[in-house]
Amino acid sequence: MSDSPAMTRTTGTFPVKSGLAEMMKGGVIMDVVTPGQAKVAEDAGAVAVMALERVPADIRRDGGVARMSDPEMISGIQDAVSIPVMAKARIGHFVEAQILAALGVDFVDESEVLTPADEAHHIDKWAFDVPFVCGATNLGEALRRISEGAAMIRSKGEAGTGNVIEAVRHLRSIIGDMRRITQADSAELFDWAKRLQAPLPLVQEIAQTGTLPVPLFCAGGIATPADAALAMQLGAEAVFVGSGIFKSDDPETRAKAIVEATTHYNDAGILAKVSRGLGAPMTGIEMDDVNQRYAERGW
Amino acid sequence: MKVGVLALQGAFAAHQSRLASLDVAAPAVRVPADLDGLDGVVLPGGESTTMSRLLITSGLHEPLRAAINAGLATFGTCAGMILCATDVHDGRADQVGFDQIDMTVQRNGYGRQLDSFEADLDVAGLDAPFHAVFIRAPLVERAGDDVEVLARHEGRPVLLRDRRCTVAAFHPELTDDARLHEQFVAAI
Repeated sequence: MSDSPAMTRTTGTFPVKSGLAEMMKGGVIMDVVTPGQAKVAEDAGAVAVMALERVPADIRRDGGVARMSDPEMISGIQDAVSIPVMAKARIGHFVEAQILAALGVDFVDESEVLTPADEAHHIDKWAFDVPFVCGATNLGEALRRISEGAAMIRSKGEAGTGNVIEAVRHLRSIIGDMRRITQADSAELFDWAKRLQAPLPLVQEIAQTGTLPVPLFCAGGIATPADAALAMQLGAEAVFVGSGIFKSDDPETRAKAIVEATTHYNDAGILAKVSRGLGAPMTGIEMDDVNQRYAERGW
Repeated sequence: MKVGVLALQGAFAAHQSRLASLDVAAPAVRVPADLDGLDGVVLPGGESTTMSRLLITSGLHEPLRAAINAGLATFGTCAGMILCATDVHDGRADQVGFDQIDMTVQRNGYGRQLDSFEADLDVAGLDAPFHAVFIRAPLVERAGDDVEVLARHEGRPVLLRDRRCTVAAFHPELTDDARLHEQFVAAI
């Protein structure tokens, strides 16, 4: 062993970005709007918090333009917890992303829950040292975001509804197409790339590995421990819970239960135990009654 | 050979595939029954506060601690290092671990994610440098006299061993280099 200390240190690389996403696997990322809620999330075992001004259910109710949160509020949450803090920028709003990076957030969510700032372009995420997570409804969308530099993909679901059906649809679409690609021959991969409107090398990589080159998490509509376990059994590697915790009757108890359900997602005995006596979940919205489909934002 | 991988939360799948590539059975450990018949255990990276909570709720904390105390070979990476350290700064007051290595670690001591980095390390017993990925890594502030320091970065210990327990502040499961896992398995 050499006595001279190694002095090299390279930051902001893709392995460093996707590495943090790897560390969040099997965990729950919770939306919080105050330092107090952030503490509740950390106490319950969240692997990260998403700092935002209003949970999606309230954004849905209030309407208007939804933007990046006040930096003061984000800093307050960073000071309150020791787990990673994420924050949302509008789709295409690279200046909001620059501000979030300057605040030292651990992950930027380029999110359809906020009102998009650009109707054609997502953020060039390679230009940043901070990692990005982006939503996707299908495999083509996921691969386009990865080609732009996203270090984590989350299925979009339909945020603020408490209804898991869209999350299931998007997960099944992404994972089902990956399964089909592993069965395709080399000539068919060109057609897959064309149909998905995705870079051929990423399609060829999936044919080899059967998975995305970055972690795949699930978001949008998870309200119960059973919902979280459903997403995990379908192939998600972790879950985001937005309105589902702090719009329920007993956020502390529900948050802990969803954390346990995400770990023990294949153990129905434990799922039955942690699902008991949680109080009422958020009421939720039937999809036909949803006024604005956030999942349709982004391209 | 059977090496369990603590799978409460974190980068357990990457450790499992690395061990599988070395022809080692690597079952996930989530409940006490999963500890049966293990020759070693890997404690992966992730959030140590989350793992601590789940160690309690799953009932794993006491039996796993007893097994490690009884000599179960243990490899802890990042959060796994925190779980093995006797002293943790900036942890939660109620955080539990296994008290295996006399050392003081500072959680997220290298800073936030923007301070996460890659670096080449000279490792005792390896001919060529080991390329290491550090993610919001714990900083080793103190290592006890009986603790063997196998690698340093900028003067700080980052790979340490005491008896049957090895801990790394970085993530050997995230790169293609299998040498540290090979060393761990060979020593079982």
